[in-house]
Amino acid sequence: MTNQSATKFKDCEWTFEKLEYFDNIISDVACSFGLSTYPNQIEIISSEQMMDAYSSVGMPIGYNHWSYGKKFIQTQKNYHRGQMGLAYEIVINSNPCISYLMEENSMTMQALVIAHACYGHNSFFKNNYLFTTWTDADSIIDYLVFAKKFVSDCEEKYGVKAVEDTLDSCHALMNLGVDRYKRPAKISLHEEKNRQDEREAFLQAQVNDLWRTVPKSKQVEENLNSHRFPQQPQENILYFIEKNAPLLKSWQRELVRIVRKIAQYFYPQRQTQVMNEGWATFWHYTIINTLFDEGKVDNSFMLEFLHHHTNVVYQPPYNSPYYSGINPYTLGFAMFQDIKRMCEEPTAEDKAWFPDVAGSDWLHTLHFACKNFKDESFISQYLSPHLIRELKLFNTLDDDQNNFIEIDAIHNEQGYLKIREAMSQQYNLSYLEPNIQIHHVDISGDRSITLRHYGHHNISLGDNIDEMLKHLYRLWGFEVILESENEVGKVSEITRCPKAPSPE
Amino acid sequence: MSHFIDRRLNAKNKSSVNRQRFLNRHKEQIKRSIDQVITDRSVTDVSSGENITIPKRDLSEPIFHHANDGQRQRVHPGNDQFQQGDKIERPKQSGGQGTGEGNASDQGEGEDEFTFEISHDEYLDLLFEDLALPNLEAKQNADAQEFKTTRHGFSEVGLPNNINIVRSLKKSISRRIALTGSTKRELTALEEQLATLEQSSGENYQARKSLEAQIQHCKERINRVPFIDDFDLQFNHYARTPVPSSKAVMFCIMDVSGSMDQETKDIAKRFYILLYLFLSQTYQTTEVVYIRHHTQAKEVDEHEFFYSQETGGTVVSSALRLMHKIQQQRYPTSQWNVYAAQASDGDNWNDDTPLCKEVIERDLLPNTRYFSYIEITKSSHQSMWHCYEKISELYPEFAIKHIKERADIYPIFRELFATS
Repeated sequence: MTNQSATKFKDCEWTFEKLEYFDNIISDVACSFGLSTYPNQIEIISSEQMMDAYSSVGMPIGYNHWSYGKKFIQTQKNYHRGQMGLAYEIVINSNPCISYLMEENSMTMQALVIAHACYGHNSFFKNNYLFTTWTDADSIIDYLVFAKKFVSDCEEKYGVKAVEDTLDSCHALMNLGVDRYKRPAKISLHEEKNRQDEREAFLQAQVNDLWRTVPKSKQVEENLNSHRFPQQPQENILYFIEKNAPLLKSWQRELVRIVRKIAQYFYPQRQTQVMNEGWATFWHYTIINTLFDEGKVDNSFMLEFLHHHTNVVYQPPYNSPYYSGINPYTLGFAMFQDIKRMCEEPTAEDKAWFPDVAGSDWLHTLHFACKNFKDESFISQYLSPHLIRELKLFNTLDDDQNNFIEIDAIHNEQGYLKIREAMSQQYNLSYLEPNIQIHHVDISGDRSITLRHYGHHNISLGDNIDEMLKHLYRLWGFEVILESENEVGKVSEITRCPKAPSPE
Repeated sequence: MSHFIDRRLNAKNKSSVNRQRFLNRHKEQIKRSIDQVITDRSVTDVSSGENITIPKRDLSEPIFHHANDGQRQRVHPGNDQFQQGDKIERPKQSGGQGTGEGNASDQGEGEDEFTFEISHDEYLDLLFEDLALPNLEAKQNADAQEFKTTRHGFSEVGLPNNINIVRSLKKSISRRIALTGSTKRELTALEEQLATLEQSSGENYQARKSLEAQIQHCKERINRVPFIDDFDLQFNHYARTPVPSSKAVMFCIMDVSGSMDQETKDIAKRFYILLYLFLSQTYQTTEVVYIRHHTQAKEVDEHEFFYSQETGGTVVSSALRLMHKIQQQRYPTSQWNVYAAQASDGDNWNDDTPLCKEVIERDLLPNTRYFSYIEITKSSHQSMWHCYEKISELYPEFAIKHIKERADIYPIFRELFATS
């Protein structure tokens, strides 16, 4: 008896041989389902290292900044008090795809994590259009190395404080530092280094040209006055600052660029939370079940696996004390499962709602969904009435003019479309984040910059705008004005920085 | 094919630089926070670190975000009672903004403070940044009475247990090489001769015999050189060097007469804690003697010192005398650095004040590193303050400060010990 329990205990422990064995069989199954992945680099780390990884927001190499220290202290505190468990893995969108596995995990857990991260997330990174268009998995690690070195060189040259100030301001504007439409060009580390010097000289010259104070002939000046700058509103504020801020030193421009690049790198992840987690969860579930069907794992393994899997996809109802919004794992997993169900056993309803999906080859449909959507469009394309009923979704309408909340739609025939649309909006970043663009720069006058917030649904900006404008002012160097345009096109100034108008 | 890497042995503290940056950036808030928590400690509790609480807004990383107004839609799961068109009361906390991110800790919504722990050393460093003990350098060596044994090179004589084996053997080898060198050369030459002789044929028996005898002789000479000799021996040499005393005793003297209320005592306690922590940073061992007094002085333990109530008049000199007595008996200045901190509300029996001056000047100051007197009162100064004022003008190691309220303590402490 004791012998048997001893071997059982031994079975839960992982070893490198076992890891390799499981990786092999999981890889075989993944291949048979047509998952194409970057090569995997699987790193075993301890819980302390996991906390380090956490606090650097998942970047394997990060430049030094106090905010990462703050995150570290927070994580450490929560972990030590037992308020929070650490994630079982962290996976990085790079080529080779780096995943961190915690040494505390049991063998079952490691297998789950390998299936989830190294084949699920990995294939998503490699195939989803947002990632392939907007991130460059080949060069990100090199770029981070370059960034870290550049920041520490700057700290040495110009002082920690000066670098920190600039980075603070950049971090504040990070979410507004992404190109939503334009595709950034791919470049390697070496090119990046070579270009940096050229760029430095060139940019500085250009900026000076823009702000040239030598008087020009009248005609030219009139021309300048007549056309506005920028000609069209600019959504990528950090990019605009990098290229046009008059007073920034060249090293500061490079810092702005680094933050902007990193923001761009993470932008797809923020847009595909549900899909990414759903995809990975779907595949760990499918792969491990296949292994069980093939008899490669036993019952005890399966029970532990199901226990973890159930925890991951648990969705507390709206009135539970644990409720904190919709669990992206649950929603994503359920949607992919639902698509598979519609392909294999379509009902009349499915055929009416999803003529393309119902009865098609599930693997093909799933890969198509993975490649071509982000959360917003994925939900509006694939959220089925069946799933709305299953999750008992309902939509609330909260208008601050009323002292009540209205239930706008529930899981019935009239509600499906509305819920689907509302749900899709809920994951639309441009709807969730304030839409603020650079509207106008007074290049011939006081060099002030005007930002415009395009409001919708009477939602105003948070109370920290003054703080935010200070950051912008630090980078721009001249007056910053923030105005707001509501849905009917009425424009009003909200605030400006510096506050006090000059006495003149 | 996947590639496994074991990173567990890599350095763990990748984040320590960032953590340090965070602490540096928020030094001011942290110091303020330290000041607040200091009363909750026992005077001699220095082993623990400290929980630091900073208001959250001081460390915000702002981003543009929406306010909680306007018309919003939100989809929730698990409908169990609602029909379309139902109107329900708005729940109290209208948060839950972020799109379900972080499954763990969205609950503590109203949390507006950021608490974390710093280690004991970090705590003291922050607390006593830029502060130094006065008059320390000048006296340091003059009083040195303690000795420490340290390595001091090598010598040729010493106790057997101090033999340095490596050095001794090195010497032995070099001696043997030196003494046998010429003999060995001779030996090789002879052996070669013998070899050539053996090659050549014939009647050279005599010659061979004598050669062999010579070879034998050489070998004996080599063997006669001893493996180790007396003058090979090397001993580790130790020397006693005087070290400055690293023991300190702190006398806490407090008036516990009726006029001292608990509030005043708490203020005094804060001051003592600070002084104790500060001393324990410099000295390896710091002892504390509590002397409380009304008309009579008594040595007590910490709890009684701060919390037991007494009534009666005030005779300060009694405490000063007791301190002198204890110091003479138990803490000779040759071994102890003596510090004294006296707290009072300024009351003293008028006739006693000149006596205090006498005791301080004659008995205490010559034996004391630093004597600080804090007067905790909101009313005007009495005779003792004026008398002490005169002493402080004459002696730099005697300092007096006036504290009106809690908030004054830390600044005044810094004033006392600030490096000029």
